[in-house]
Amino acid sequence: MIAIERLTVDIHGAPILNEVSLRIAQGEVFGLVGESGSGKSMTALALMGLLPDGATAGGAVRLDGANLLEKSEAGWCAMRGNDIAMIFQEPMTALNPVQTIGAQVAETLTIHGTQDRRVALKIARDRLDRVGLSHVGLDAYPHELSGGQRQRVCIAAAIALHPRLLIADEPTTALDVTTQAQILDLLRDLVAEENMGLLLITHDLAVVSGMADRIAVMRKGEIVETGPTAQVLTERRHAYTRALLAASAHAPDRAAASRPEVLLEVEKVERTYPGRREGFRRGPPVQAVDGVSFTLSEGESLGLVGESGCGKSTLTRAILGLDPVQAGDIRLFGQSIVPHMPRALRAGIQVVFQDPYGSFNPRWRVERLVAEPFHLLDTPPTGSDRRDRVAEALSAVHLSPDDMEKYPHEFSGGQRQRIAIARALITRPRIIVLDEAVSALDVSVRARILDLLAELQGEFGLSYLFVSHDLTVVRAITDRVIVMQAGRFVETGDTRSVFDAPQHDYTQALLRAAPRLDLAS
Amino acid sequence: MRRLPKALVIGAVISAAFLAIALVSLVWTPHPVTGVSISERLQPPSAAYVLGTDQLGRDLASMLMIGAQTSIAVALIAVGIGIGLGVPLGLAAAANRGSLLDEIIMRGNDLIFAFPSLVIAILITARYGPSATNAILAIGIFNIPVFARVARGGALPLWTLDYILAARTAGKGRARISVEHILPNIMNLLIVQATIQFSLGILAEAALSYVGLGAQPPTPSWGRMLAEAQTMIYTHPMLAILPGLAIVVMVLGLNLLGDGLRDALDPRLRRRLA
Repeated sequence: MIAIERLTVDIHGAPILNEVSLRIAQGEVFGLVGESGSGKSMTALALMGLLPDGATAGGAVRLDGANLLEKSEAGWCAMRGNDIAMIFQEPMTALNPVQTIGAQVAETLTIHGTQDRRVALKIARDRLDRVGLSHVGLDAYPHELSGGQRQRVCIAAAIALHPRLLIADEPTTALDVTTQAQILDLLRDLVAEENMGLLLITHDLAVVSGMADRIAVMRKGEIVETGPTAQVLTERRHAYTRALLAASAHAPDRAAASRPEVLLEVEKVERTYPGRREGFRRGPPVQAVDGVSFTLSEGESLGLVGESGCGKSTLTRAILGLDPVQAGDIRLFGQSIVPHMPRALRAGIQVVFQDPYGSFNPRWRVERLVAEPFHLLDTPPTGSDRRDRVAEALSAVHLSPDDMEKYPHEFSGGQRQRIAIARALITRPRIIVLDEAVSALDVSVRARILDLLAELQGEFGLSYLFVSHDLTVVRAITDRVIVMQAGRFVETGDTRSVFDAPQHDYTQALLRAAPRLDLAS
Repeated sequence: MRRLPKALVIGAVISAAFLAIALVSLVWTPHPVTGVSISERLQPPSAAYVLGTDQLGRDLASMLMIGAQTSIAVALIAVGIGIGLGVPLGLAAAANRGSLLDEIIMRGNDLIFAFPSLVIAILITARYGPSATNAILAIGIFNIPVFARVARGGALPLWTLDYILAARTAGKGRARISVEHILPNIMNLLIVQATIQFSLGILAEAALSYVGLGAQPPTPSWGRMLAEAQTMIYTHPMLAILPGLAIVVMVLGLNLLGDGLRDALDPRLRRRLA
């Protein structure tokens, strides 16, 4: 039905895509897999005629034989939403916050010729029912809906006119695993029912392995391997496919050297937020963390797992002494940090955040960034001493000491995460909190960072508190795991036993929903 | 090297030209402007008087030069007051978002905004007498809430970023984070706002002088030159046109500079280059 033939795209002369060819049949799910910068999103934009300014495209995009690249903008407008529709990664920003969801779904219809607004709204209602939002009114606004519900609204708008091809660009990356499973189920059902083609773009091999009939693996603007999903994933003819698969399931070698000294004790901690203001009154307070207790020993890796809003970030901030707690006690190295963390203790616990782009002041050089925690020491090293310490930390994370002079934008995401780890190491802490520290990274980069973390743990005897929603990663790097739901711990135990034989319903549901990469080879 | 926006270049040239004129007038003017010589009054432009003389025989070119000095000095100090007090207040409000301090600062700002600046200026003059200093104070006070709001607005989104959290885990207090991390990152906003407030300051100074509340005779000022030329606008229109033109061109130049800086410093443009 739709075919891309030797599509080549340049932006201001820089090659982006090189002779990309693929075809998608009706009723087929085609998975396009690759790491960031591989050109998978650009392929989708070329299919929609939405290439950025300065881009020139060669080759052909054929829908039933006609080359779409020759179309005028008006021709494209008639196609978009009608024959080809698209949904995006971030449902939080894909909807207009000041329009009702009914109006936004109906908009697709009125643009493409449905004259009567009432008819359009009636169809919108029908499509929203189909995507599982029958309990949500047409007059609801996006902010009243959860992330998964918003993604459903986007899907309803995309399928409003029964397009023949739906492009889904990382449609579940921003969602929790249980929501992800539901959205993927919905997409699979829609493909069968509507007999449309689905181009599923993702970095997550586990997602495509359960969804796609055929896949193509992209790297640096080229398709390196393509074929039926099972065949590609089991035969792995291309070295890059093998590397990608190995990285996805990567578990670093770690020496389980847990010693008995307890470094961190959290005891019946409660954290409440004041309720929302309603006029002059406040609603009831929100209990974000509800009486949780755990300990972290020297050299141990502890995983804290849960979906967004479960309270894991709130708890993390309390442990770091950034937020006050309302009840309970947190003891770090035997000293209470409630209500205020003694300055001297801070140097012993450092943190690495998720976003490698937001973690650094863009106007500082690496030397100053990495040295910032020296502020905690009573006699911070100065001059060449300070530079030596920074160089030492950079070497520990396998960066060059010369990188000190650079600014953060000169580094890739993985390198920035190394800088963040160097910053966390500089005060020689005993505990490092890793708050979704590898979630934003590509799989191959993630594998190398996990190796680095394991290596540093062996070298410095560090304890890790590993906060994540990603079960695969937690399984790979932790000794013990805590599963958190709605402010409480529902299950705690050995990582292996929790993952192999989950006791609590919620843990079971989480593990069931997590896409699995079955490599029966 | 990226091409600079055209508005930026034109605005910078105009502003620099006025600044140069003002600086030159500190040490040299073609004629003294305090001396009155009735015999030379209302001369047309000539070799001796490039732009002619006014009703008291003072050289117009010299008056305009010193007028530029007055305008720039008043606007500069007034903007300085606004930045010096407004930015710390805005940063403090952002650092303690939602607290009582935040409320007090921002409601105080609203209070100042609620008064027309001219009314305040008249009040100050009524109490302390008209002078350039009081004009500076009146204009300066109105710059405080402008800069406080810009600083707070620019700082709030930054406070949610991870590098601020990282600085907090490094034990830094809110004041220190505001100075080290927040201020450099809102500097572009402040520079653009300063240029725009500067041009508004020039206008305000001219307005206050026009109604007699600004710089007092014999110090020349564009606003008062306009006021004095008013009665002769049909017989000697150049007396009104020249100071009017000076105000318009200066304000235009500063606005172009501000717009150009806004484009040049736009973080979205910069990120693309980075």
